[in-house]
Amino acid sequence: MQIYGTQITSPLLLGTAQYPSPTVLNAAIKASGTQIITVSLRRETANGSGAGFFDLLRQNDCHILPNTAGCHTAQEAITTAKMARELFETDWIKLEVIGHSDTLQPDVFGLVKAARVLAADGFKLFPYTTEDLVVGEKLLDAGCEVLMPWGAPIGSGQGLRNPNALRAMRAYFPNTPLIVDAGIGRPSDAAHAMELGMDAVLLNTAVAKAGDPVGMARAMALAIKAGREGFLAEPMERRDMAVPSTPILGMADLG
Amino acid sequence: MITIAGAGVAGLACAWELARRGANVTVFEAGAAPSDNPCSWFAGGMLAPWCEGEIAEAEVVHLGAGAIKWWQNITHVETCGTLVVAPPRDRAELVRFAQRTDHHQRIDGEALARLEPALEGRFGQALFFKDEAHIDPRQALIDLTAAVQTLGVDIRYDTMAPQNVDVDCRGMASGVPGLRPIRGEMIVIEAPDVTLIRTVRLLHPRIPLYVVPRGDGVYMIGATMIESSSWRPITVRSMLELLGGAFALHPGFGEASVIETGVGLRPAFADNIPRLTQQGDTTHVNGLYRHGFLLAPALAGQLATQFFQEKTYENQSEWADA
Repeated sequence: MQIYGTQITSPLLLGTAQYPSPTVLNAAIKASGTQIITVSLRRETANGSGAGFFDLLRQNDCHILPNTAGCHTAQEAITTAKMARELFETDWIKLEVIGHSDTLQPDVFGLVKAARVLAADGFKLFPYTTEDLVVGEKLLDAGCEVLMPWGAPIGSGQGLRNPNALRAMRAYFPNTPLIVDAGIGRPSDAAHAMELGMDAVLLNTAVAKAGDPVGMARAMALAIKAGREGFLAEPMERRDMAVPSTPILGMADLG
Repeated sequence: MITIAGAGVAGLACAWELARRGANVTVFEAGAAPSDNPCSWFAGGMLAPWCEGEIAEAEVVHLGAGAIKWWQNITHVETCGTLVVAPPRDRAELVRFAQRTDHHQRIDGEALARLEPALEGRFGQALFFKDEAHIDPRQALIDLTAAVQTLGVDIRYDTMAPQNVDVDCRGMASGVPGLRPIRGEMIVIEAPDVTLIRTVRLLHPRIPLYVVPRGDGVYMIGATMIESSSWRPITVRSMLELLGGAFALHPGFGEASVIETGVGLRPAFADNIPRLTQQGDTTHVNGLYRHGFLLAPALAGQLATQFFQEKTYENQSEWADA
């Protein structure tokens, strides 16, 4: 998968929040085989004041994808993105503009607005969006080259709530990298997303809050690989009735 | 003579463990009083090793097991357990908490109301950690200061530690490599309309919090855990989340007065487990993270056994049972 000119071979992006400790986080990163880790930048961690934690993250050989988690307006997200660019010396930004504090669903109006401003400023955007096709088009029009539709609300672990819409999105944007972001709870959810033809999966809570985060990171990587290979291998069509898997031809003739 | 830098809970606990074995101890403290150690002064004071096991490594639970007995030699300990509750829509958090911890019993709403009448009808289920306890960390710090002084320890306030001390307990100020600060913010409220006698933890996927009774209708609400070295006062967001959580626990907190807020930068190693480290002739006791009052006794015990070579450093369980 090619994203903004960078070749990405691991279809798993991992968030870095909520782990029991940075040591466990680093072990989970290794076990997942991820190449891209997301980092949340709150205002109090800007200006390098979160240095201790960020230094630990930099010890991994991963691309850091800062995000604007917790921003509720386009302006807040824009300001945070600029801080992140300075702090992490990257023009990649996972753009989140939250519209509702309970469901954490994206404010797609603020998202498109922020995307326009940041793309014009040279940012390479990873927008956290819904599965809405029109919003997707507007984000591409604003300069995004990747779309990150939600599977379910952030941290809910519900899996894909609307697989049909994600399938439609895949068909409608055949050449745009699509990354399912948020809502993955179990390895089977991640495999499901990949079976739909998604290019990658971004997850955090499902690993961080597992009883054994390192074991779950490994399981997710395996599931994502299985889902991807299953998609490429073109699964059979579903049928309503049984079809015998044992051929009639060559049966012993007992008559 | 053994010299110690820092008179927060770690430095004082070390002084006590060394002095009670007959050592001649001097403690250097840059601040003027116990209240100048923000990590200790703004602590929650929960002696709750099993609850902490939800997120902490097993070693933290193990090291914390002896803390209640230790503090009972020093100060008043409220040994009435911890309650853990969750709003109905976050019931999954309670299930997860129960799976990740032990030493608790599941109780229903009626049993909860018998323990804490103020919570009657508010939660249908709870976890009760009956063997946990809490202290008032400020009183504990003052009592521990008096206790070590009674043992002959010389605490020199307003005095920078000399270049080479035997034991360094200054947290982030020690400059130990591998430490990072974790900002914690807390609020003290006075709520005469709400009566809780034990620590209550409210689970929430984003804003878990605890309420620790300080007596006389005063409660400490804490605490955030933010990867940051900023000393600025508590943010509006943190205050909203902590107070919103407290209000969800009991609406009576809505009528409370906010009487204090505080911020501390707690030192932690990458695995969030405290330890003794050696740099030259100095032994560092550091990385106590959010477990200062819970783990200082165990770390101080390790230090003393190292100094007096009574037992091996690894042999902590023997100490915990002592």
